[in-house]
Amino acid sequence: MFDFLGIPPQALFGQLLLGLINGSFYAMLSLGLAVIFGLLNIINFTHGAQYMMGAFGAYFLLQYAGLSYWWALVMSPLLVGATGIVIERLMLKHLYKLDHLYGLLLTFGLALIIEGLLRNEYGSSGQPYRIPEQLLGGTNLGFMFLPNYRAWVIVASLTVCLATWYVIERTKLGAYLRAATENPTLVQAFGINVPRMITLTYGFGVALAAFAGVLAAPIYQVAPQMGANLIIVVFAVVVIGGMGSIMGAIITGFGLGVIEGLTKVFYPEASNTVIFVIMALVLLVKPAGLFGRTA
Amino acid sequence: MPEAATLAPLLGVKGLNAWYGESHILHGMDFHIMPGEVVTLLGRNGAGKTTTMKSIMGIVGRRTGSVTYDGQELIGLPSNRIAQLGVAFCPEERGIFASLNVEENLLLPPQVRDGGLPLSTIFELFPNLKERLASQGTKLSGGEQQMLAIARILRTGARLLLLDEPTEGLAPVIIQQIGRTIRRLKQDGFTILLVEQNFRFAATVADRHYVVERGKVIDMIPNAQIDQNMAKLHEYLGV
Repeated sequence: MFDFLGIPPQALFGQLLLGLINGSFYAMLSLGLAVIFGLLNIINFTHGAQYMMGAFGAYFLLQYAGLSYWWALVMSPLLVGATGIVIERLMLKHLYKLDHLYGLLLTFGLALIIEGLLRNEYGSSGQPYRIPEQLLGGTNLGFMFLPNYRAWVIVASLTVCLATWYVIERTKLGAYLRAATENPTLVQAFGINVPRMITLTYGFGVALAAFAGVLAAPIYQVAPQMGANLIIVVFAVVVIGGMGSIMGAIITGFGLGVIEGLTKVFYPEASNTVIFVIMALVLLVKPAGLFGRTA
Repeated sequence: MPEAATLAPLLGVKGLNAWYGESHILHGMDFHIMPGEVVTLLGRNGAGKTTTMKSIMGIVGRRTGSVTYDGQELIGLPSNRIAQLGVAFCPEERGIFASLNVEENLLLPPQVRDGGLPLSTIFELFPNLKERLASQGTKLSGGEQQMLAIARILRTGARLLLLDEPTEGLAPVIIQQIGRTIRRLKQDGFTILLVEQNFRFAATVADRHYVVERGKVIDMIPNAQIDQNMAKLHEYLGV
């Protein structure tokens, strides 16, 4: 076997894989945030809690309905997305004309309430969730051992991200979405029900977070604060990528996951801060973010 | 359309008041447009012409009074419902979307009724657009953007077109092309409400002119009598 700068390949590729896994979650979550911010003008601080709700949804569906992981992968995002639609209809829709700060405060408050309720019920220690048996085990690639479930997470995340990109950038529905992001009043005056589109977009962004939550359930434990820990990094990813760009959110998500992983190999002390250092540098050089459009 | 319906105005505006926040812009606008007519709103800057259009379309803050389209009351309807009935708006700032290419801009407004112009006719009217379908919407010249803004509301089947200053800031040769287009649309049976500063242009396309001052209609001049009324018009418009 070969060594790279004195690093054994198992360690290098292991961290690279871990980086891609983290990147998968960064990408799915920052994509949802970018879509929601684009159309609703709301910085959705509830996003981490909604990711956590997705994981708890999978746990509940198994515990109380006996539904498998694969059912949860479909149903948990639908159910959590539906709660998002209720939140949008009852609360968020009153905030669109106000400063960003109000939306941020409301969604931050909601996140605290949701996380608090679940912590009250389940404590802060996580509930275990098993890897579905079809994805147990792994493959020996020669230079490293690849667990099947982790490979699945990367493939599922990439597929969902690219499908979302395709719908937004290449379809008629996406054209409505892009146009309404620029000028909702005019799009509505063309006969399109923009308020309904906004509601569904929020529901979709939330469902995307919940989907990531279900994918995460077997890897991390299902715990009330699992989203709170992740969302801070995801916001840094969004700032680095720039709010306006869909592909930017995907590339930045995966890219920063990998950079974080490599930092763990070469300079572990900085692995927790490297993303924030990059964020500071990007803000200095390109305040709108790497892929952001300056208004 | 049955014979009796053609005798009723397609658009009737009565006692229309409108506000932007605290400021009261329209103070009882009254006018109507018969099916197939081209009618202009003339008036100085700030008289309330654009606000009138936006009130018809349902995109101002608050409005009272009555706006009927084909007999149906529009006050209180959201703008998407008004568009679905067959009213289309081409805003003064043109509203071309930067994140959409020309083709996506053109195809954005959904079909609301049968009888819109087919794309082949639209490309006949605006050949430039056909060559630039893949360009970003806002990379077009000002004239091309105006053509795109008009073109995209012709294929939806809307029968009443609200055109807000379609000639503003354009070269004379483009203004002529837009004039030809409006006359052609009238032949095709479209009903058009036009806001114009340039009454010389308006006189080449319109059947009647309403003069608007401080949020009210103060006079109506049939186009056939525009020459006799030139002195009065100059005074109204301050030109």
